[in-house]
Amino acid sequence: MKIGVVTFPGTLDDRDAMRAVGLAGAEPVSLWHADKTLKDVDAVVLPGGFSFGDYLRCGAIAAQAPVMEKVIDAANGGMPVLGICNGFQILVESHLLPGGLIRNEHQHFICRDQKLIVENNTTAWTNLFEIGEEITIPLKNGEGGYIADQETLKRLEGEGLIVFRYSEVNPNGSINNIAGLRNEKGNVVGLMPHPEHAVEPGFGPDTPVAMRSGVDGLRFFKSVINQLVNA
Amino acid sequence: MDFPPQLSFGSIIVPKIIVEVMPKADLLDPAGKAVANALQRKGHKTVANVRIGKRIELHYATTPTEQEINDAKQIAADFLSNGVIEDVISVTVEN
Repeated sequence: MKIGVVTFPGTLDDRDAMRAVGLAGAEPVSLWHADKTLKDVDAVVLPGGFSFGDYLRCGAIAAQAPVMEKVIDAANGGMPVLGICNGFQILVESHLLPGGLIRNEHQHFICRDQKLIVENNTTAWTNLFEIGEEITIPLKNGEGGYIADQETLKRLEGEGLIVFRYSEVNPNGSINNIAGLRNEKGNVVGLMPHPEHAVEPGFGPDTPVAMRSGVDGLRFFKSVINQLVNA
Repeated sequence: MDFPPQLSFGSIIVPKIIVEVMPKADLLDPAGKAVANALQRKGHKTVANVRIGKRIELHYATTPTEQEINDAKQIAADFLSNGVIEDVISVTVEN
C-alpha cells in the first residue's frame, strides 16, 4: 500500500504527512511538484504549507503544477486524494472541489486545537469515523474562510458533501461552519485542519485524558488504507 | 549595466496587457478593511471604504495581436482570477 505525498516549493507539512502515512501502516512515497508520474501510488495527500508563497492566490499556482495533471486525472478516475489546508486550497483551485477559501474573517492567522463534528463517513478518508462524532484536530491558517455561491452551498448541503463542520468555535468565518468537503464519489476530501498533526501520542492536541495525547487524525490515514484493502 | 532597450526603466515602455482583478463586491476584503481603519485613524474621515485588488501586467516583445489579447482574456478568467471570489474588472492593451 503506497500513499504519495506531494511536495511543492513552499510546502511545509509534507514530512509530517509522510510520517502519518507510515504510522497508519502504509508506505509513504514522496512526490515532487514537477513529477510527471505518480510512481504507482494508491492514494495521494496534498499537504499543508504555502505552496509558491501563496502568490496570486493560495494554491492557484500549485494547481497548475505538472504533478497536478496526474493527480486530477487519478482523482477523476477514483483514486483517493486528501487535501489538507493548502492542499484543500489546491483542490479548490483545481476544481476537484467547489467554492473558494478567503482570508479569515477576523484577519488574523489562527493556530488552535479545533473541535470538529464528523458529518459524513462514506468517504475514502473518513470511513472509520462515526457520523456526529466530535474530534479534535489542530488548525493553523490565515486563509481558511470557506465560501461558495448559494446554489453551490445548497448542493453541498443537499447532497451531503460536507464532511466536517467546526464545533464550538468557527475559527475563520467559513459559511455554515464548513471545515471540510468531499466530492460526489467520496474519493476526494479537503479540509483546513491538519490531521497529520494528531497521529502520535505526545505530539497531538490536548485531550481530557492527557496533554498532547490526541490522535484523531490517524483515522484519516487508517480510513484510506481500510478502503483500499477492501476495494 | 546594459539592459535591452525594450526592457529598460522597468516596465514603462514595453507593450503590455494589463489585467485588473478585484475581490467580489459582496465579499469581505480584510486587507481593504485594515487600510480603511488606518485611514480613519489618520483623520481621513471622508474615506468611506477601501477595497484592494490586483493589477497584473503581461509583457510582450511586440504589440499584442488580436490572438494574444484573446489569450490574455482567457488567462485572466481561468488563472489570474478565481470566479468564486474575484471579478476581472478589465483587460486592456497598453503600448
